Amino acid sequence: METSTWSERSQGENAVTGSILETVFPPNSLLSRPLNVKVRGSGIISVINEQDESGFCPFSNKGGTATSRPLPGGRFFYFLMRLKEVYTVRERLEALKAEALEELEQIGQTAQVQELRVKYLGKKGLLTEILRGMGKLSAEERPVIGQLGNEVRSAIESKLEEKKEAAERAEIEAKLASESIDVTLPGRMVHVGNRHPLTLVTEQIEDIFLGMGFTVAEGPEIETDYYNFETLNLPKNHPARDMQDSFYITEEILLRTHTSPVQVRTMEKMKGKVPVKVICPGRVYRRDNDDATHSHVFNQVEGLMVGENVRMSDLKGVLLNFARQMFGEGTEIRLRPSFFPFTEPSAEVDVSCSMCGGKGCRVCKHTGWLEILGSGMVHPRVLEMAGYDPEKYTGFAFGMGIDRIAMLKYGIDDIRHFYTNDVRFLKQFNRV
Amino acid sequence: MKVSYNWLAQYVDVSGITPEDLAEKLTRSGVEVDAVEHLNKGVTDVVVGYVTKKEKHPDADKLNVCQVDVGGEELLQIVCGAKNVEAGQKVPVAVVGAKLPGDFKIKKAKLRGVASNGMICSAKELGMNDKLMPKEIQEGILVLPEDLEVGQPIHPVLGLDDVVLELGLTPNRSDCLSMTGVAYEVAAILGRDVKLPEGNVPENGSSIEGKVEINIEAPDHCHRYMARMISGIKLAPSPLWMQNRLMAAGVRPINNVVDITNYVMLETGQPLHAFDYAKVDNGRIVVRLAKSGEKMVTLDDTERALDEEMLLITDGTKAIGVAGVMGGANSEVTEATDTILLESAHFAGSSIRKTARKLGLRSEASLRFEKEVDPQAVERALDRAASLIAELANGQISQGKADKTISIPEEKQVDLHLSRLNGLLGTNLQLEDATSILERLKFTYVTEGETVKVTVPTRRQDITREVDIIEEVARLYGYDHIPTTLPYGDNTQGMLTRKQALRRTIRQVLNGAGLDEVSAYSFTHPDIAHDFATIYWETKPIPLSMPMSEERSVLRVNLLPHLLEIAAYNNNRKERDLALFEIGKVFLTDEETLSRLPEERLALGGLLAGNWVGPHWQQKAEPVDFYLVKGMLDVLLNRLGIIGIEYRPAKGIKGMHPGRTAEVVLQGKVAGYVGQVHPATQQKYDVAETYVFQLDADLLIELATIHQGMVPLPKYPAISRDVAVVVDRGVSAGELQKVIEASAGEWLESVRIFDVYVDDRLGENKKSVALSCTYRDPERTLTDEEIQAAHSKVVEALAVECGAELRG
Repeated sequence: METSTWSERSQGENAVTGSILETVFPPNSLLSRPLNVKVRGSGIISVINEQDESGFCPFSNKGGTATSRPLPGGRFFYFLMRLKEVYTVRERLEALKAEALEELEQIGQTAQVQELRVKYLGKKGLLTEILRGMGKLSAEERPVIGQLGNEVRSAIESKLEEKKEAAERAEIEAKLASESIDVTLPGRMVHVGNRHPLTLVTEQIEDIFLGMGFTVAEGPEIETDYYNFETLNLPKNHPARDMQDSFYITEEILLRTHTSPVQVRTMEKMKGKVPVKVICPGRVYRRDNDDATHSHVFNQVEGLMVGENVRMSDLKGVLLNFARQMFGEGTEIRLRPSFFPFTEPSAEVDVSCSMCGGKGCRVCKHTGWLEILGSGMVHPRVLEMAGYDPEKYTGFAFGMGIDRIAMLKYGIDDIRHFYTNDVRFLKQFNRV
Repeated sequence: MKVSYNWLAQYVDVSGITPEDLAEKLTRSGVEVDAVEHLNKGVTDVVVGYVTKKEKHPDADKLNVCQVDVGGEELLQIVCGAKNVEAGQKVPVAVVGAKLPGDFKIKKAKLRGVASNGMICSAKELGMNDKLMPKEIQEGILVLPEDLEVGQPIHPVLGLDDVVLELGLTPNRSDCLSMTGVAYEVAAILGRDVKLPEGNVPENGSSIEGKVEINIEAPDHCHRYMARMISGIKLAPSPLWMQNRLMAAGVRPINNVVDITNYVMLETGQPLHAFDYAKVDNGRIVVRLAKSGEKMVTLDDTERALDEEMLLITDGTKAIGVAGVMGGANSEVTEATDTILLESAHFAGSSIRKTARKLGLRSEASLRFEKEVDPQAVERALDRAASLIAELANGQISQGKADKTISIPEEKQVDLHLSRLNGLLGTNLQLEDATSILERLKFTYVTEGETVKVTVPTRRQDITREVDIIEEVARLYGYDHIPTTLPYGDNTQGMLTRKQALRRTIRQVLNGAGLDEVSAYSFTHPDIAHDFATIYWETKPIPLSMPMSEERSVLRVNLLPHLLEIAAYNNNRKERDLALFEIGKVFLTDEETLSRLPEERLALGGLLAGNWVGPHWQQKAEPVDFYLVKGMLDVLLNRLGIIGIEYRPAKGIKGMHPGRTAEVVLQGKVAGYVGQVHPATQQKYDVAETYVFQLDADLLIELATIHQGMVPLPKYPAISRDVAVVVDRGVSAGELQKVIEASAGEWLESVRIFDVYVDDRLGENKKSVALSCTYRDPERTLTDEEIQAAHSKVVEALAVECGAELRG
């Protein structure tokens, strides 16, 4: 008998056609590794590389390293039978694994995954069926094959899991792809209204002065001549009354021409207590023909601080602080001597033009400065009339037009926009 | 006040200071310069020419061919179209190569075949403001005085080399209504001296004694009256230099006598007036108040109705002038006048102011008197004018002057304390810093320790107390040099009052609900003021005594008319989807004529029109309706924490749809209304279907409650039971709700109406209403039986009280 290796023979389809081995190991259940078996002329076979990777050796009771040894001819058949049984289960397991993995590789849907799970691992599945044959194995062989069975199961299972996840992912993606919409179509808008720009600026001014410890005071828009003029050092027939032509209702009652009467009303309420620190925003009225820069109604805010050591330098500090918060950090202010009957000394206050940064532009008429404020130290007569001793207390006051500030801040070219209420105008003030 | 730079230079040295520099310095120290005008608008090479010959143009009716001597070797032939050109005139001639304003160059030309070598100019062509010139000069060429030298440059002749500073004076600085006053200011700024004109009066006529008699019968109104007599007057135009100065100041030249009174007024600030002595009965001057019903014709040929507050100058029999305002036509100086009576007086500012206002007549004189004239200028101005009239109008001044003095204010003494100065300004000035500024102002003073005793000259009537002196020091020291500090002392907390904070909340909620805030005028037309019912008592709108237009003649009593006008305005601009509100004051009174201040209430008005939603590719357009607006109010009222909200159907509210309007009642008080505008009113304002609300914002703020803290979350489940009932259509949802709330017991948490269905198949005049009642006991889980029991009571009550049938 010629010597050949199993591996050689197993490679050819007809290598050992008709031999016993051939019938024991169908081609699709061949061992994954070649087992080199030498069949000698004497009928003795010897296994060359008898130990497989799992340490299993069909020829060793110990399962350890088998050595090539001759078997007596009378026991050859027994050996073959044993070999057949062991190899049948083992090879079938290996073959099942290969077959399952290959089949799983081909599929892509979750339903198919489930189908194959049943086919291979189900109660009536192929793996169970193979392992059922374990009963015929010896006590030594059983755990070895059992372990191999577990390995095959877990290999198939992890492949199943992998395929299941992949299939699920694919299905979700497919679903999402089918759900896509045109995101460029317009959304359903939620209505949010806007504060009037004058409210916007008024609240901004209020907040700046609240931050400096001022409170907000208000007074009537219809005033007595007494509060609107006389307590402010503007007696009847004072020439300065021409500065503000007024809307009278009766000889003694008029629409206030400035928010300054609130100064006096506040001081009266405070009854001599200090410090007085208020700002007074509100509507005022003057007999002006409405045009781009004049309105018979507009809004002013007055500021007043009275205390024991209130100085003109404090007025500068407070106004500089205000101007920087209102118009930006780099803003500068400039005071020019002026005249108001209720302050002495009096000053007009300019801020550096926020449009050009002081370089000069159309808005500031190329001067670099914008006139926004009238101010000064409260006139002693005003303090006196409001019940404060001018020998003991001093104060500063200032007043500015809110409309003008809003116009400068937002580049509004016509004061009438504020009172016309064109919604195309109003809707522009939807930020801060 | 318009200040000629050249004229100013006569009283104060301005060398080295350009007009622009001067303007900046004046502005920065308190006398604002509004404009700097260079009178030369670009004229070069224009000279005085003499027209030697004028002939008609052979081919043009309206043109003349003139031969003009401009001092050269040959005469220039110039074709001129002016009507008033004549041989023998001195005229301004732009020679070939000259430039006129607008960069207009004079070239040799041929006009209808005749050569023209230059141009005879009109005032306008020279860039002059000719409004103050006679009409024939405005329409033709400028004719110059005969005594001018031919060929001399035109600039000094016409004052074209001058610059005018236009001062925007504050009312306190009446001292700068005179050239000398401005000179004092400029001298203080520059630290230079003032040169006043000499007051040398050549009294070469007869004595005034017995010829003029002055009586002041209104001593409160007239403090001093002085007069001089000047005879032998020759009325003529005043010299060109004087006319130029007057025109630079904006005053129209008339004749030498009037021009001199105006010139001296501009120079000294003291208004003067010249009467024709012959028209003043017996040379008597009686200064008295007018009588009721008295009338007189003023110089402008207008008859003036006078009253008892107006001060008159009379001659004892007739009024010859409204004191300080305008002279009378009956005593005007004319060609025939030989002797004039020159008045210089000091009148009370408030008196003149009142008179000028009442007469609607504001003259250069009244302007100055109103603001108080330097009382010491009376005599100085009189003498100055007299000497100029003698010089320029050939007059002979009588010896002596008539003078009736009631009082002459003395110079005021004011103490300046250094500590007060530094304390008020926040500076650290030394005594010398302050006194050096006083010296620049030409104020005299003595120092006593740290106190400066200042004598204030009478020309500075505005300075009466220490702070005034402090201001003078501060403005000349420079406001820029005052340090910048922050107040020290007690810290104060800045915060909004409850009312102010809640007003902001109302705005925020309505903005959040999608409404834009508007701001309307407070004045309105009386016809529309009551287009809508006020939410307060029936009140008459308060009328202005002198409105600017009828459209804005009364104060608003409610906000809705303006909101409708705003809607119409926007509709006209194709903006039809509107959601607006205003929070603003309305003015209420029950008085016919105000004797006290009216009540000012904060009202809240809103308007919605057009579509609230879409049209959108996903949705159909959804027009605004009553329930949208009502829902917004509910959101607002909830946000303000107002409880006890009730909407009552309201039929009789003016301006509102009777079937679609509800009164908003808060805790039993009517707070306003909400609903659809009456179709007739909609039509009046030309708007489509519009929904509005108007509420008393003050009441909302009063009823608002501040957050009371957290309510524990329910531990036990709530259970809802639905009930659908068929009732008469007249039964309102509110009634059903009330019945449920009254009958369901303490476990009822809420009632929600989720369906209303009107169909005749339900029965005639029937509707179906489906409600969901939610029950909960905060302490435990309710059993089905308990809920069923409570809910049965509801169903029963609905049946009994509302005639409701349970719907299958």
